[in-house]
Amino acid sequence: METVQITGHLASSAGFVPPSTSDFNLPPIFGHSAYLTKPIALVFFSVILISAFFILASRKSAVVPSKLQYAGESIYSFVRKDLGEEIIGSGFLAYVPFLFTLFTFVLVNNVFGIIPFMQFPAMSHVSFPYVLAGFSYFIFHAIGVKRQGLIPYLKGIAFLPGVPKFAYILLTPIEIATYFLIRPVTLALRLFANMFAGHLLLLVFIGGGNYMLHDSHLLMKFLSPFSFSFGIIMTFFEFMVQCLQAYIITLLSALFIAGALAEEH
Amino acid sequence: MHGTLNLVGYGLSAIGPAIATGLIFAAYINGVARQPESRSVLQPIAFLGFALAEALALFGLVLAFVLK
Repeated sequence: METVQITGHLASSAGFVPPSTSDFNLPPIFGHSAYLTKPIALVFFSVILISAFFILASRKSAVVPSKLQYAGESIYSFVRKDLGEEIIGSGFLAYVPFLFTLFTFVLVNNVFGIIPFMQFPAMSHVSFPYVLAGFSYFIFHAIGVKRQGLIPYLKGIAFLPGVPKFAYILLTPIEIATYFLIRPVTLALRLFANMFAGHLLLLVFIGGGNYMLHDSHLLMKFLSPFSFSFGIIMTFFEFMVQCLQAYIITLLSALFIAGALAEEH
Repeated sequence: MHGTLNLVGYGLSAIGPAIATGLIFAAYINGVARQPESRSVLQPIAFLGFALAEALALFGLVLAFVLK
């Protein structure tokens, strides 16, 4: 594909080309089939990796845990305690599998963004976060309808109890938009935009360092290590952001579920 | 030198979320400093507020790329 531009390669010939959205459209791995691209391969790989890790970690549950079992259990207990029990409260156990799957899937796929040779967060393609947010959206509405019944649930969303009548003119459209439009879209876009911006940031510093290293001017060559070292610092910063975003999407999903479970909003 | 004014606009629009994020964490740190045992209660609230404020900056970033 001619449209794909790798920043570093072009840099030496024709001036600095800042990274753009076209850097995210990676070519297919085999031939011309557009179905198996790097993000899709990474997502499949992440599923295999997560499954293998947790099957191995939970296979022999000893009283004195091995290192592997301890690692698996501490991730699980983090999601279960800090996100399930603290946020959802009673009856949280039914939703822990969903939250745990969401957390580990997003976490591993995000962290792929800084692991050498992978170095691409699949979530920087907006379609993946949309699917995840769709799951969350469907689940919290389904819980609300199941718990309260369709009509009382919708009524609880549209007409907040304990509000003066005339305020409904303003409040009802806002509440409906919040629950049915803003929540799923912001949930997906937050994750997407974070991964997109982070990947772009790394491209700027590393591509810029590469360009400066190949520049004919000697001063530029001397300055390029600064750009590279900023790229390294930003890689660690990205690791923090990636973990934080996995936490936040799970936290928000848990909060939505908790809101749907609560009788009154 | 050429570029797009979009990014200047984005830089301006990022001021708001930046102040908001600062305020949120300032309040969180204050709360924990005054009452260290409240950390576990305040932490999800602080990060939730941070995520909501930061989302605005990121929407700006996406729009800076989308609107040509």
